[in-house]
Amino acid sequence: MNTSAPEIAESGASLSSVASLKEVTQRYGRVAALDGVDLDIPAGRMIGLIGPDGVGKSTLLGIVAGVRRIQSGKVTVLGGDIADTHFRNSVFSRVAYMPQGLGKNLYPTLSIFENVDFFGRLFGQSREEREWRIQELLASTDLTPFRDRPAGKLSGGMKQKLGLCCSLIHDPDLLILDEPTTGVDPLARRQFWELIDRIRSRRPGMSVLVATAYMDEAERFSWLVAMNAGKVLATGSPEELKRDTSEKTLERAFIKLLPEELRRGHKEPEISPWQPTGGTPAIEAHGLTQRFGTFTAVDHVNFRIERGEIFGFLGSNGCGKTTTMKMLTGLLPPTEGTALLFGHPVKGGDVETRRRVGFMSQAFSLYTELTVRQNLLLHARLFDIPEDAAYKRVDEMLARFALEPTADTLAESLPLGIRQRLSLAVAVIHEPEMLILDEPTSGVDPVARDGFWQLLIRLSRENGVTIFLSTHFMNEAERCDRMSMMHAGKVLAQGPPAQLVAERKAKNLEEAFIGYLEEAAEKSGSRAAPPAPAVEEESARRPGTSSETQSTFSLGRIWAFARREAVELRHDSVRLAFAIFGPLLLMIVFGYGISLDVEHLPFAILDFDGTATSRLYADGFRGSIYFDEKRPLRSYDQLDRRLRDGELRLAVEIPAGFQRDLRRGRQPEVSAFLDAAIPFRAETALSYVESVNDEFITHLREAKGLLPVSKPVKYETRALFNQQFKSIYAMVPADIMLLLILIPSMLTALSVVREKELGSIANFYAAPATRLEFLVGKQLPYIGVSLIQFATLVVIAILLFQVPVKGSWPVLLGGGLIYVLASTGFGLLISVFATTQTAAIFAAAIITILPAVQFSGMFVPVSSLTGAAWFAARIFPSTYFQAISVGAFTKALEIQELWRNLVALCVLALIYFVASVGLLEKQEH
Amino acid sequence: MRHLLHIFQLGVKELLSLARDPVLLFLILYSFTFSVYTPSKSAVMDVVNASVAVVDEDDSAVSRQIRDAFLLPLFLPAVRIPFSQINRALDEGEYTFVIDIPPKFQHDLTKGVTPTVEIITDATAMSQAGRGPGYIRKIINKEVEPYWSGKGKASNRELVRLVTRARFNPNMQQGWFVAVNQIINNISVLAIFLTGAAVLREREHGTVEHLLVMPLHPYELMFAKIWANGAVVVGAAMASLFVVVKAAIGVPVAGSIWLFLEGLGVYLFSVTALGIMLATMVRSMPQFGLLAFPVFIVMSLLSGGQTPLESMPIALQKIMQFVPSTHFVSFSQAVLFRNANFGMVWRDMLKMFVIGCAYVAFTLTRFRKMLAAIQ
Repeated sequence: MNTSAPEIAESGASLSSVASLKEVTQRYGRVAALDGVDLDIPAGRMIGLIGPDGVGKSTLLGIVAGVRRIQSGKVTVLGGDIADTHFRNSVFSRVAYMPQGLGKNLYPTLSIFENVDFFGRLFGQSREEREWRIQELLASTDLTPFRDRPAGKLSGGMKQKLGLCCSLIHDPDLLILDEPTTGVDPLARRQFWELIDRIRSRRPGMSVLVATAYMDEAERFSWLVAMNAGKVLATGSPEELKRDTSEKTLERAFIKLLPEELRRGHKEPEISPWQPTGGTPAIEAHGLTQRFGTFTAVDHVNFRIERGEIFGFLGSNGCGKTTTMKMLTGLLPPTEGTALLFGHPVKGGDVETRRRVGFMSQAFSLYTELTVRQNLLLHARLFDIPEDAAYKRVDEMLARFALEPTADTLAESLPLGIRQRLSLAVAVIHEPEMLILDEPTSGVDPVARDGFWQLLIRLSRENGVTIFLSTHFMNEAERCDRMSMMHAGKVLAQGPPAQLVAERKAKNLEEAFIGYLEEAAEKSGSRAAPPAPAVEEESARRPGTSSETQSTFSLGRIWAFARREAVELRHDSVRLAFAIFGPLLLMIVFGYGISLDVEHLPFAILDFDGTATSRLYADGFRGSIYFDEKRPLRSYDQLDRRLRDGELRLAVEIPAGFQRDLRRGRQPEVSAFLDAAIPFRAETALSYVESVNDEFITHLREAKGLLPVSKPVKYETRALFNQQFKSIYAMVPADIMLLLILIPSMLTALSVVREKELGSIANFYAAPATRLEFLVGKQLPYIGVSLIQFATLVVIAILLFQVPVKGSWPVLLGGGLIYVLASTGFGLLISVFATTQTAAIFAAAIITILPAVQFSGMFVPVSSLTGAAWFAARIFPSTYFQAISVGAFTKALEIQELWRNLVALCVLALIYFVASVGLLEKQEH
Repeated sequence: MRHLLHIFQLGVKELLSLARDPVLLFLILYSFTFSVYTPSKSAVMDVVNASVAVVDEDDSAVSRQIRDAFLLPLFLPAVRIPFSQINRALDEGEYTFVIDIPPKFQHDLTKGVTPTVEIITDATAMSQAGRGPGYIRKIINKEVEPYWSGKGKASNRELVRLVTRARFNPNMQQGWFVAVNQIINNISVLAIFLTGAAVLREREHGTVEHLLVMPLHPYELMFAKIWANGAVVVGAAMASLFVVVKAAIGVPVAGSIWLFLEGLGVYLFSVTALGIMLATMVRSMPQFGLLAFPVFIVMSLLSGGQTPLESMPIALQKIMQFVPSTHFVSFSQAVLFRNANFGMVWRDMLKMFVIGCAYVAFTLTRFRKMLAAIQ
């Protein structure tokens, strides 16, 4: 069936293949995503990859795009070996890749313009070139009116069009789209394909490789690859596939191509007509409205669902389906209007109604870290099913939903189809009277979807369960008893599907829906008329097309990454405020709060003597800022209790006969009881007590006319750098050191791992950019923010705390810069290393604080460290900057004394950066 | 009863999730072993391992004896440096103390001429500079005694003898204090980040939403997180207290372990509630990191564990009363070192509890609002 009868090549495009795979096998754990695939993909055509989820379509596209590492086999793309790093880097500028998931490769806080602009910069286009290209792309996708709207606030269809703009900005020869229209409404979908057709007619040489789950879409492609279980089932044009299987639709043809064992048990779900049972309606909504700020997500929606009915909500992503369902479940209080479940108004805290409802949210929302059985059991228990009945019920569910083979598998390793079955099993485990299902079959392949519907039909018709579901599949909407078409928060039409089709005199439901959509668009005028073709023709003649020079290092690309990161940071004002005002506030608090000066020690006197002399002795402690006197003590018991209580830190016992003994020259013994739980404080207190005692003796000797005590050696003590022994002069420079390691590393620690978790890292994989460029670009904005922090901290130190810079300004500033390079570099290293954001913040907090506080010299001199602490101090930058900060501020040092620390900081900053570059992946595994 | 059961079941789920995250488990292990043991052995705020250099301009028997008299654990062996190196040595922080023994030192001593020894300290090393010279004087005085001609020795008998009785830590070993303080710090950081990140993770994965459409109350979810994460931290902290602090470092824990355990429970209630509260105040993980970290830094440095609370300005002391760690530090020191009984610490426990309740109450009012914010 392979490439039969060569189609007439469109406009003289090359007849050879755009990509070919030989013996490609890709394994993930025990599963083979691709299993010895041999495939030649013809150039200059529109090629579709069809097949259920988890059969290896995305893996295949990722490999061809060069973003996924090949495990075994040989892949040639655009005439070169894609496994070859050098070739891959040069070919990236001819390939565009749009990963799966709505807006997955977009930056949600960036505006439409900023998103496209970033890609333009990435491909080294000049400002002039970017401007006309963006203008043209936005015009041809109708996005011009929304150019300043953040990507996160676009509807699904708009997101995908924007993704396409981003992909097309560099005129690729090969365009790879992974399920670009999943979750997009039919009108937007139709417009999307029209757009692709126009682009192809303009650039006939371009090959387009698309994976799709919609069989009706696949009909329009010129060549198809049908896949299942990591293998290619068949290739050829849609007509050929249908002819070979002698089926009328592609969907049926595909099912026929599947191996026997998969097809077994599959039959088109049949639905018996619904018999109304009467009684209070299961769900009623009156004028339900939800506004977020100025945006109206749901606009006066009314409907009524009878018991046992299957009611469908048809509409695109972002049309308000999910929001409506959330209001029905009580998750969101409506801004206006009321919702009734079984005749009772929905209330947020209404626990009893929830027992009668089963809910399945759009995204998989069960615990991925639990097994199938554990998930079921947890929910059974949470619905208060008695323990023994719960086990029985779980077994029943496992059997009914065919989950037995995977009962002890972790939910995270399940394919999407099975996850959805599990979600449904969880939703019905407590035998609810009503099910609310938000796009339960999104992303599920046709066979699994039919199986799922059979379960739903059984629940409705046999058990009388009311089912309210949302979908964007037409054939599913057709199966509903009644349905409602939704768009932009409004219900366009409502009724039995057949009736809606008839009303519009449409061929099928899809056409009817598109008809309603167009009618609504005309009314609101939100969708522009088809774009003027004039713009397109012009493009061929436009000047300034980037010359395809592929340098290995480009400042332009670094700037593209840095700019994007900076814009994102600027849009997240909360994070920016935390980053700038956080250290400022902490510095002020620490400057006043962290002090090693021991003052105001609570103490009490236990005077057994009670004479003038003993009172004189006790007076030595009074009136000093070091001591605060408390009620005098009466007994040892009290002394013991009040010390243990923490009320006293010091107790001084003057023995009975103190005066008498002194007069007789018998050395009386005064005892100082210290709370040594904090030894540092106790030691300091002790030295105060000793000096009070000394003073008393000196006075006494004078009074008695004795000579002063003679000493063998005279001591002259010079305290360098900080004569007044004020801890502020040591602590404020140390606070700068502390804050500049903790906050910048926390700030940077999420930069890369967040992109990994959210998926936009794919842009880097597919871009002609090196790891070095990417990381420098990532780090730059954080260095900028950290330098602002540094500047404010220095200003506070000087102006607020009056700690002057006595030494070298250049060393302090240069040291600050390099220190910030090192601390953001450390954060970057954590970010590259970590696989989840949670782990990254955790690591940033736990790893930095110990060496920064304990081993840097802030409290304990570095020269006193030994063993592991000594080692940790050497490989951590805070030690060196502590020396620079204290040196330049307080010790009045210059470059001669501090240069070694500068060198050490440079070396560490470099090591962190090089390690990050080394650990960063440029391809997915 | 049913609610307690839900709280229990959800908590068990929490433990199962945690058990499957090897990175987190490793970090927990790290924080209760290495980060307790290492600083207590080395990074202590006291004259321990202090570095001394001696400029010996005399090079006599007595000056050599003085040089050899600096012994661990107080001092590292003294290093002899030339006079010209004094400034460099101090500038670079190589030594905290430099002792200058003048020429003719021994000669003067025996002749009864009082020689002058100069002790130069790096006063930016705040934790040692204050008390170091006192120790150095004592050491030198002891060493020179036999060489001193002794003019006026007889009248030197002190008129009053001062006896020091250091309670609760007789040898004033700073390491004890550091070890316990590190445990407290790690309890706080784990409790805040574990629970906070757990809430955000549920939010990002949409599972909170799922739980809220079930017949559950928000407080059930909260208390489940509190008890489960709290239990993990209690377990780790108690293990660390016995294995690392008592056995490896050798701190003789004075007080009642049961009382400490009770206080720890109350503290964890309040500090895990704080973690959840912080998580409901932000929208994303990066924001959480930037909010929770400074909160923790403040708790770690200003609760009286790192520097004494009495040294802080009164206003700040008052503010810190609203932070549970302040009371826990005071509680732990009382119980573990001073063998305080319940009657002496119940106020701290009550305050921690009340603060925790305030956090919980505040969070519950925000729980649904927070869900709406995910949109």
